[in-house]
Amino acid sequence: MWLKSVWAKPLLHLLCLLPFTGLLWAAFNGGLGANPVEKLTHETGAWTLRLLLLTLSLSPLRQWTGQAAWIRFRRITGLYTFFYLSCHFLIWFVADHSLDPGAMIEDIVERPYITLGFSAFLLMIPLAATSNQFMIRKLGRKWKSLHQLVYLIILLAVLHFIWLVKADYLEPGIYAIIAVILLAHRVGPIKRIGIKSAPVVR
Amino acid sequence: MIKIKKRWEIPESEVTPEPLYRRRREFMQAAGTIGGALLLNPWAAAQASLAIGDYQEKVISIDEEITEEEDATSYNNFYEFGTDKEDPKRNSKRFKTDDWQIVVSGECDKPGTYGLEDLMKPFSIEERIYRLRCVEAWSMVIPWLGVPLASVLKSLQPTSKARYVGFKTLHDPVRMPGQQRSVLNWPYREGLTIAEAMHPLTILSVGMYGKTMPNQNGAPIRLVVPWKYGFKSIKSIVGIEFSETQPRTSWNIAAPREYGFYSNVNPEVNHPRWSQKRERRIGEIFKRDTLMFNGYAEEVAELYDDLDLTVNF
Repeated sequence: MWLKSVWAKPLLHLLCLLPFTGLLWAAFNGGLGANPVEKLTHETGAWTLRLLLLTLSLSPLRQWTGQAAWIRFRRITGLYTFFYLSCHFLIWFVADHSLDPGAMIEDIVERPYITLGFSAFLLMIPLAATSNQFMIRKLGRKWKSLHQLVYLIILLAVLHFIWLVKADYLEPGIYAIIAVILLAHRVGPIKRIGIKSAPVVR
Repeated sequence: MIKIKKRWEIPESEVTPEPLYRRRREFMQAAGTIGGALLLNPWAAAQASLAIGDYQEKVISIDEEITEEEDATSYNNFYEFGTDKEDPKRNSKRFKTDDWQIVVSGECDKPGTYGLEDLMKPFSIEERIYRLRCVEAWSMVIPWLGVPLASVLKSLQPTSKARYVGFKTLHDPVRMPGQQRSVLNWPYREGLTIAEAMHPLTILSVGMYGKTMPNQNGAPIRLVVPWKYGFKSIKSIVGIEFSETQPRTSWNIAAPREYGFYSNVNPEVNHPRWSQKRERRIGEIFKRDTLMFNGYAEEVAELYDDLDLTVNF
């Protein structure tokens, strides 16, 4: 089964890095258009959301396919989510606010969609920091409760996107529908299956 | 600083500089027009499409670097051709503006349907280098070609009841594929008070960068109101209506709390999506401070002396 192949993880790393290298290449070849900062901000934001949805779909995939191996990839996609999110945040902080924390805080307070986005970023930090084997062992049962924050994070992220759009809700709408399906999946069936949903992290 | 060149200040030598003269010749040839009489006509237009002949350079300009033409023609908000910035250029390639007509209606003595050239022919074309500030907190500096809106409106003889002027964009979902989705309440509508419309800075523009208006920038004719957010400068105009009451405007209908009728560039009035204190000039990385009325306060502030701009945003 290819899911269990030793090549699966290296391949996933490559795939996750593809958008980043694509953007980097475009940046050095004038491929980002008239407003490169805006383009980078939007693209890193969109890839954060896509990877987060992918991360959240691994557990349902395990159930639908009966293949426990999907869960092996959760840490990788989760950490790449945080990587794109950090790029997204840094571009905004550096280029939009010229590294001025005062201006940044003002933006967070005054604009609800930024309040949501920034909250999601803050909540992602402890998840990324506790994704290693040592912290998983150390936290024990608390680890799972902590990482359930991801359900709140996906809601914040989707709302962040919907709220910033001016008129065309097509793309954020698609992400919202996927997020709702993935979340709904966890409310009903998982509880009944019970034991099967215990964290399997490798 | 804004420099306004008075017509009588222009030295004879500058009226038709050599390269411009040659450019005019090229336009003439392109339009397939040969003949002495036409050389004097700034609207060196064949029936097919509107070509621009002679114009006065830099009638109004600013000491700021002009945005790259490539950027100004490939990064556009023109939802009639798609909602992404790159969409309008791609989706407007086959847009035809032949036999363009404008319906003039409402409180004026000369209502009717005018061919674009008939409406514009009496006026000479001026180049105006203006800042363009988008509500999305980016800006450009664009050399427009156009005529003062006031000249055109006066020729239509508004009545004393004409307190506002409303504008309408073409509504044709076949030619403007973006209109096949109802992201906005089509047709796009905009409006100005009669004082704003008659202000000497307000122009009807038919070209930019010395050329005929590109489709993605609002061909064949668009409004340019440099002290207001870009969405007020309506594109591809097919309707002008004088009215006694304030016309409804598209973005105001879509989100009344965010987009007011006036929508003057104002760093002090907060917007829920974008801080209006600063803006990114296209071509630059870091943001710069946004100027009151987009830097045209000296010229237009008096229009709003009796208005609370935080209420009438």
